[in-house]
Amino acid sequence: MNKVVLNAHEAIFDIQDGMTLMLGGFGLCGIPENLIAALVHKGVKKLTCISNNAGVDDFGIGLMLQGRQVKKMVSSYVGENAEFERQLLSGELEVELIPQGTLATRCMAAGYGMPAVFTPAGVGTEVAQGKEVRVFNGITYLMEHAFDADFALVKAWKGDAQGNLIFRATARNFNPLMAMAGKTTIAEVEELLPVGQLDPDQIHTPGIYVHRIFQGVDYEKRIEQRTVKPRTE
Amino acid sequence: MLNKEQIAQRIARELRNGMYVNLGIGIPTLVANYVPEGMTIVLQSENGLLGMGPFPMDGDEDPDLINAGKQTITTIPGSVFFDSAMSFGMIRAGKVDLTVLGAMEVADNGDIANWKIPGKMVKGMGGAMDLVASAKNIIVAMQHCSRDGKSKLLSACTLPLTGLGCVKKVVSDLGVFDIDHRGFVLLERAPGVSVETIVASTEGRLHVPDQVPEMRF
Repeated sequence: MNKVVLNAHEAIFDIQDGMTLMLGGFGLCGIPENLIAALVHKGVKKLTCISNNAGVDDFGIGLMLQGRQVKKMVSSYVGENAEFERQLLSGELEVELIPQGTLATRCMAAGYGMPAVFTPAGVGTEVAQGKEVRVFNGITYLMEHAFDADFALVKAWKGDAQGNLIFRATARNFNPLMAMAGKTTIAEVEELLPVGQLDPDQIHTPGIYVHRIFQGVDYEKRIEQRTVKPRTE
Repeated sequence: MLNKEQIAQRIARELRNGMYVNLGIGIPTLVANYVPEGMTIVLQSENGLLGMGPFPMDGDEDPDLINAGKQTITTIPGSVFFDSAMSFGMIRAGKVDLTVLGAMEVADNGDIANWKIPGKMVKGMGGAMDLVASAKNIIVAMQHCSRDGKSKLLSACTLPLTGLGCVKKVVSDLGVFDIDHRGFVLLERAPGVSVETIVASTEGRLHVPDQVPEMRF
């Protein structure tokens, strides 16, 4: 079994206009940089993007917004992007804001084969509008549906040719959840290893969920908020 | 009146040894600087970390290691990473003992609004709706009044809600308040702030006990 493709361009060959994509990452941490660059190069449009954030003006999903490739964003927080704001206020871009835990859990539900989950997040708020409400043990919950995405695009630290993935630090975030949730899942990794080189006890995402994998190049890993203490020595 | 550091310092007095705590962005983040000596508090960052350490030394920053405010941070002994579903799973399951977050408005029934101002830029709720819906104990750190002097402790929130009836305690620049069936219950006043000032600055129902001690720092 070999799921390895040459690069990001080959990996996204069948992503078409109008499709729904999941993109891993929290802020700019753990985003699939190579796959986003390939989507920008390919110029596919009218995309629905499910991603916790929408990048910044000149990096991450912000690059796809610059190219007017996104029809709709499904996110929990979109505050760092002026082009996003402009497109939202002008009506060019549709945005569905949902609680972060709901976003994560709707990915998880898809990966676990469950059609819906119940969460108290958003009860009594505008997030609850139009959603089925159920009471369990006296507490009110919203029914939230599993996501249905054509592709999941994720970034891992290490992977192998069977698609097994290991993530690093807080770059894990939504990546393993989205990897489980896509109809087709594409993983880019910093280091692609031969099968057998990953410790089975350390693998976060079993390769059964991953359809294509490649080793990314030229990772920028931009930091959004560089907060440091001065060196005293 | 309390400045931001003092609000954080006052909230830190609510910490108890062994607590798992989620600190929101802004003033809540500052609470970490006032954990009493000898007390162990484990900070949860909802992007997937328990055991958040301080900012790294200049040059040691790691782009793969950030907090929920997207700031570079460090791990400490005992730190653990997990994905976003597990992160909100532990929040939803009530494992996080205390959540501290900011607010634009709080109502005297515990409702909170802190994610959207209609007609202006909407940044989103992030993890706030999940946190307020499930946390066992929620303390809000906020300014008592808006810049034009309007009370933000209200009889009913005017902005879109983040959660219903969930806030247990408010620490503002003017005082400390519990929220129960009586509405806001004034527990302490900030140094130099009179009960009369607090009454005049609070639009929501306010219960004033006979004795209201002044905070000391």
